[in-house]
Amino acid sequence: MADLITMDDLTNEEIVELLDTAQRLLPVAKGDVYAPLLQGKVLGNLFFENSTRTRMSFETAMKRLGGEVLNLSSIGSSVAKGETLYDTMQMVNGYSDIAVIRHPRQGAAQYSADAVEIPILNAGDGAGNHPTQTMLDLFTIREAHGTLEGLNVMLVGDLRFGRTTHSLSHALVRFGATLMLVSPKSLRMPAEIVSDLRARGKDVTETENLSAEINSADVIYMTRIQKERFPDEDEYTKVAGTYKLTAGDLDGAKGSMIVMHPLPRVNELCASVDSTKHARYFEQAFNGVPTRMALLCRSLGIKVPKKVA
Amino acid sequence: MAEMRRVTAICNGTAIDHIPSGHALQLLKMLRLDVGRSNPISLVMNVPSGKMGRKDVLKIEDRELNQEELDRLALIAPKASVAIIRNYAVAEKRRIDLGEELVNIARCSFSNCITQNPNEPLPHRLRVISAEPLEIRCAYCGRGQDVDEVADYIL
Ligand SMILES: [Zn+2]
Repeated sequence: MADLITMDDLTNEEIVELLDTAQRLLPVAKGDVYAPLLQGKVLGNLFFENSTRTRMSFETAMKRLGGEVLNLSSIGSSVAKGETLYDTMQMVNGYSDIAVIRHPRQGAAQYSADAVEIPILNAGDGAGNHPTQTMLDLFTIREAHGTLEGLNVMLVGDLRFGRTTHSLSHALVRFGATLMLVSPKSLRMPAEIVSDLRARGKDVTETENLSAEINSADVIYMTRIQKERFPDEDEYTKVAGTYKLTAGDLDGAKGSMIVMHPLPRVNELCASVDSTKHARYFEQAFNGVPTRMALLCRSLGIKVPKKVA
Repeated sequence: MAEMRRVTAICNGTAIDHIPSGHALQLLKMLRLDVGRSNPISLVMNVPSGKMGRKDVLKIEDRELNQEELDRLALIAPKASVAIIRNYAVAEKRRIDLGEELVNIARCSFSNCITQNPNEPLPHRLRVISAEPLEIRCAYCGRGQDVDEVADYIL
């Protein structure tokens, strides 16, 4: 079954192959070429939790490939009336060929995959995994550096609750990255993840200081400190303004260094960075379209031709 | 035999030996023999053992535990030895097998796991990552389970 629940479902070779496919699909993603590879296919877009970027980029990806999209929002539906995820998935199984699911509960994607025949793509389960985000992050990094091998990557901000950085860091060490984890003490990456990363044999450094290693970084990956994860306002205020990356901070950075952010941002990433050659986050958001196209094709067993015309 | 006989022999039933010391009551809970009118049970705790230092022993009369019941015990007593007793003699020896996955034996302890909703019908699945030292993770949410607490989550 071609589900994608965690990055462990993909080998390094499969990741590279998917990124190659995504690259071939770029003109389709931009709308320059129409390639109805998924004509007659229906995607169930199941967002039990809010999302703008992920939901819309899946919808665009499906439609640009000639497929149809059913959107389920949990408000007002039978889900709000207490329907089990199992029952909801049985319905979706009947109405669509593939489903994308985001759910506040961890494990919901694997549970859905066990409940139905159609392929399931995990678009975020609680604080668990978000592998399609990781794929677009890897695509963005490879577009900029031409490779995924052996890069110096700084992950900055909320590394405790941010599922994006959990999936990404696992994937990066598989390609031999050196990681610098920058966070306030209270938002450090969970110890079991750090020990998993170190077990892969690469350097992982933890620090609270953002400025120290900027000049040696190939990628600076900023994340938002999420207010909704804090039980009280005081705790949030204590750490909220910890990091603020400005254009001036990047004066000594490598020319090829890129700044990424899964968006939305608050104040950790100043607008002054937008106009530097390092800014890559809007492109990163767009890259969700070609990578999700490649993932949809893979899961539906559709071969993308070497030349997409 | 040097060891003093602390429990009288049973005529028919199941004897479980080499239970880690202090865990016999948990085992009874896992076998659901701790409530209601169950069969007569003899229980010895903290007896000296050559192999283990100290151990517990359980004897359950007139009941032959089947393999599925025994495999539940793997979480707590993976090295226990089990004998089916018929007419005061060992009729069969059985082994406890941890297997690769524990299906509907214990539930995931993580408060935000999808399996916390009691109405969800799919089985609880805990995956065995390593037998020694014992490491298990929820097959859905991926969270590692605290092996010392797992008895509290037995279904
Ligand atoms: Zn779980």
